[in-house]
Amino acid sequence: MFDFGDGKTNSLTMDKPHPVSLLDTGVQGVISHPLDRVDGPLKVSGSATYSAEYQIDGLAHGVLVGAKIGHGKIVSVDADAVKSLPGVIDVVTDFDTFIKVPQQGGETGAPTQGVKEIDYFGQIVAIVLAESFEAAREAAQLLPITYEKSEGTYDFAAHRDEADKPSDAMIPAHYTQGDVDQAMTDADVTVDLTYITPSQNSAAMEPHASIAVWEDDALTLYSSHQMPTSGAQQLAKSLGISAKKVRIIARYIGGGFGSKLGIAPESVAAAIAAKQLGRPVKAVMARTQVFDATVRRSNTEQRVRLAAGRDGKLTAIGHDSLTSNLASEEYFEPVGIGTHFLYAGENRSITHDMVRLNLLLSGSMRAPGEAVGMVGLECAMDELAEKLGMDPIALRKVNDTQTDPEKQVPHSSRQLSRALDDGARLFGWDKRHAKPAIQREGEWLIGMGVASATRANMLQQSSAKVEIHPDGSATVSSAMTDIGTGSYTILAQIASEILGIPVETITMSLGDTNDPPAAGSGGSWGAGSAGSAVYLACEMLRSNLAKAMDVPEDSLTLKDGMAIGDNRSRAIGDLVGKGMEATGEIKPGKQEKETTQASYGAHFAEVGVNVVTGEVRVRRMLGIFAAGRVLNAKTARSQCLGGMTFGIGTALTEDLIHDTRDGKLVNRDLAEYHVPVNADVPQLEVHFIDERDIHANPIHAKGIGELGIAGAAAAVVNAIYNACGVRVRDMPITCDKLLDGLPPL
Amino acid sequence: MKTFQYERAASAETATTDAATPGAKFIAGGTNLLDLMKLQIETPGKLVDITRLPLGDIESRDDGGLTIGTLVPNSDLAAEPRVIEGYEVLSRALLAGASGQLRNKATTGGNLLQRTRCYYFYDTATPCNKREPGSGCSAIGGFNRILAVLGTSDKCIATHPSDMAVAMRALDATIVTLKADGDRRRIAIADFYRLPGETPEIETVLEPGELITAVELPKPVEGARHLYRKVRDRASYAFALVSVAGVVVMDGTTVKSAALAFGGLGPMPWRNPAVEAALVGKEASDATFAAAADALLADARGFGSNDFKIPLMRRTLIASLRELTGA
Amino acid sequence: MQWTINGQRYVAEVDVRTSLLDLAREHLGLTGSKKGCDHGQCGACTMLVNGRRVNSCLTLAVMHDGDEIMTIEGLGQVGNLHAMQSAFVKHDGYQCGYCTPGQICSAVGMLDEAKKGWASHASASLTDAELNDAEISERMSGNICRCAAYPNIVDAIREVAGLGDREPVLVAAGEVGA
Repeated sequence: MFDFGDGKTNSLTMDKPHPVSLLDTGVQGVISHPLDRVDGPLKVSGSATYSAEYQIDGLAHGVLVGAKIGHGKIVSVDADAVKSLPGVIDVVTDFDTFIKVPQQGGETGAPTQGVKEIDYFGQIVAIVLAESFEAAREAAQLLPITYEKSEGTYDFAAHRDEADKPSDAMIPAHYTQGDVDQAMTDADVTVDLTYITPSQNSAAMEPHASIAVWEDDALTLYSSHQMPTSGAQQLAKSLGISAKKVRIIARYIGGGFGSKLGIAPESVAAAIAAKQLGRPVKAVMARTQVFDATVRRSNTEQRVRLAAGRDGKLTAIGHDSLTSNLASEEYFEPVGIGTHFLYAGENRSITHDMVRLNLLLSGSMRAPGEAVGMVGLECAMDELAEKLGMDPIALRKVNDTQTDPEKQVPHSSRQLSRALDDGARLFGWDKRHAKPAIQREGEWLIGMGVASATRANMLQQSSAKVEIHPDGSATVSSAMTDIGTGSYTILAQIASEILGIPVETITMSLGDTNDPPAAGSGGSWGAGSAGSAVYLACEMLRSNLAKAMDVPEDSLTLKDGMAIGDNRSRAIGDLVGKGMEATGEIKPGKQEKETTQASYGAHFAEVGVNVVTGEVRVRRMLGIFAAGRVLNAKTARSQCLGGMTFGIGTALTEDLIHDTRDGKLVNRDLAEYHVPVNADVPQLEVHFIDERDIHANPIHAKGIGELGIAGAAAAVVNAIYNACGVRVRDMPITCDKLLDGLPPL
Repeated sequence: MKTFQYERAASAETATTDAATPGAKFIAGGTNLLDLMKLQIETPGKLVDITRLPLGDIESRDDGGLTIGTLVPNSDLAAEPRVIEGYEVLSRALLAGASGQLRNKATTGGNLLQRTRCYYFYDTATPCNKREPGSGCSAIGGFNRILAVLGTSDKCIATHPSDMAVAMRALDATIVTLKADGDRRRIAIADFYRLPGETPEIETVLEPGELITAVELPKPVEGARHLYRKVRDRASYAFALVSVAGVVVMDGTTVKSAALAFGGLGPMPWRNPAVEAALVGKEASDATFAAAADALLADARGFGSNDFKIPLMRRTLIASLRELTGA
Repeated sequence: MQWTINGQRYVAEVDVRTSLLDLAREHLGLTGSKKGCDHGQCGACTMLVNGRRVNSCLTLAVMHDGDEIMTIEGLGQVGNLHAMQSAFVKHDGYQCGYCTPGQICSAVGMLDEAKKGWASHASASLTDAELNDAEISERMSGNICRCAAYPNIVDAIREVAGLGDREPVLVAAGEVGA
């Protein structure tokens, strides 16, 4: 297991289960505890430094310029027209090098480059530099650009029949097993329904921002990134320089939700401008530009077919989806990712086809796939249950399985039925009326809904270094990030638990590509991946401490800064000489093929539908989740609250609308793109089922950041039907969509 | 944002003469003007800051009415005991609008002058007759969910976004102004706004340099029930899809008087005497309410994505009238 | 121009177009107040101006010449946190932290408003509104948190307002997995 080559790296490939974890034998007593965030005081006092906030001398302010046509090309940019404005330094564009779209997460190459050809409205084409933000903003707004327009494709509905099959990606674009058509013909009960979800925007509170600083030929980019390690590679490739010459620093990230997985246009623009000007450049996207020119979650059209016997056992599952993206891009929203393994059923068809549109890039947004795919699947399950005359929970339990129905391998750990049962009991599911539109309080019709939750678990190659200092304190460093997920805190807890060093004396260094590479924050893999890297580093340090103490490892106890063994006790700092360090590295292995790994849960929602207006209010919501070991009960709960609220937004408010005439985004600000506000969110409840997943990683934890969203919207949608008897299959369920179905006044 | 000359007004009189020059604008709360200036939708060459003028008082008049200084912030106006007591609909409307922070800044006069939230007005990359006369209306034939169904023209289908102004309309407010030539005038709110017609860029009857100094409310209607009901796309911090401001007095089960104004429907806070005529002197009943809704919506016309506002308004009005009349 | 920010006097000459927010962030090194939208649509920039919470992105620095301004940096510092800041830490009233300074300044201003007896859209009565969860949520709706720490933000404010723990929403009691 240990790489004794340099004596400092402990590497593990997850080829085998890892049944024993030091987190179960540690005695520091911090793991899983609801500790306050270690970065909390910095955040609440405004002293955590986000990308645009580094104080750097000689900074030029850059404001980006977006194209004002939906498709065509640039004929000319009249920079001279604005250069004479007071304070303006220059207008920089590089038609070949500027990136046309952000990069998808985890890619190591450059995204599509070249901005002379315009493929979507708002595509970033230039950056204006000035001595002040105000001067740069004015010049950017005035910069004359001449375009040659050409016909574009902007209307999904009009072009849906031209969909093509994209390349296989995270999952195969098309998968079939058995014969769904035949099973649909043969079955006792079937549903064949189409669900629509709109494009969405991650709308992280911090807009994309970069400060580019060159020292000779080396670039430092202070930038808001979820995955700095791959981001630096993408940036280097885009700029045509060695990845060794690029350093990304992303200590604090004001939310990402997928929108900051890969580099975005402001990074390359800032880097090129800084190089040309010979001075540091700051480029912060305006909120409208975040909407126009970063990344959206694709809209989806999902046909869901379910066939079942009278007993509710599924004989067929069909989940055929259409999504959209630019012609140059292969990423597709993996709508059916959860459908592959959530329920048993012999005949299966899960397909993804893509409509090519001149709209901004579609890419990953929180729980790509499940977040919207589970709206289709879990609402169809609700409709099937009604047709069967079965309780929706019973239907789900009948189709629960401990074996992956496609790969025929075991699920690594799966507690779906238990989550449903526990939730039903806690939520008072027995008080739900099976028949809709029964319960009324004044103007409000009240109903309950349920949905399963699942999110595929992933492990990504990651490393971290842990150093123990002579004073007994420790430092954990990794190019992992904390985007609000709690990484700073849980990684400190892991190190503390294994090394017996108090959390308060552990210094965390994250978000710097000068530190050991890591996969960063995306796909909910951060905790399992970086956490395992920290674990492995600490495992090696523990072994080395045992040697230094001259005791067998299994009789060494580390607690409160003391090493205890063989009836002796030493301060840990005294055992490390001038300091002791180790690097841990985790890699995915055969376990991800030999088991199907996912986290599970159940969502329960109670809503009120206003019988006059069709306005919907979520009254209460409960999530029960099983995601392996919970590393910090407080931050894990918060992650779930966030996911559930994204679900509320998906069900009720979020709708990114493009004008079908020219591809222009209509509602490109936070006043008209409605993310839920405080008053939209009731007091949500989250409960965890205690679990260990020995197939996932040595810390036995699975992803949790996206589990809370997967299925949450469906629970709300199902509750709306139960409340008022109106089925809406077109998200979001704004009041206008319910009006026609509401009883006359 | 284009640069501008900034002046802090020394008096209301000098403010009006300063602001009478072409391209000049008053600034008070700034919550709408600066928003628009950042996008270069508004490009004043001069800003006359009136925030330090003594126009921030609320005074009771001998006739039993209330005079609200133009600089009274929305939040103070909503919390004013005399408003809560006599004009609850106004307090309710204010509290239904914007956010706590914005209400602390936004002023009474400025709120009346809010400009539309039309998506296309807000986007300088698209034609808009209100922003750029003669360029065309992108909302007609485009996405128009939040836009008007009454009072539109083929040049513009924008809505007035204010909640406060809807209540002011129901309360028969009078807008008091000071003109650059020193004249004062009192403009009934019914006469204050203009329909878009051929000139959607002209929204009110104010002249260059004319400063709103106060808003007068008549004596409270005795024995009235007040209501402000707003329907929107999220629970808070969103503009109205439709709204109703109502002040109704009952005589037993008969409607004695009714003042009803509507938001989200038209280019101005909407009021139609035919709606009230359908109610006054009538028995409070669903048939009466339906007649009132018919009167309101007789000329309503949707533009596609805002068609739903017509049935939504109908239902909202009927439910509001039930509440206002106790029927 | 001069401003008193967090009790300290600042003198600067800035472009007349500079917002109060940009004055703090770009000129005075006070980056605690955040820019989330720059148009009064998110609340991340909330400061207390003469004691009242406002969106600092939608007001000009020049208009506040002589005003008393409080930003998150003045409210409390690491090691000397304001009660609201401590409550946000305790209740995990944040995740990414970007909206947090605005939330906290807003919450402090909001409690002052409530103390003055100001009602809200959620108030049944305009004359004797009492803070509860619905009131806090409504009054804090001008501060968007995309991480959606809303329930925790309400909990933090409840604590500072002395409202005690909220009632659980579940109808049945019992341990999960018991």
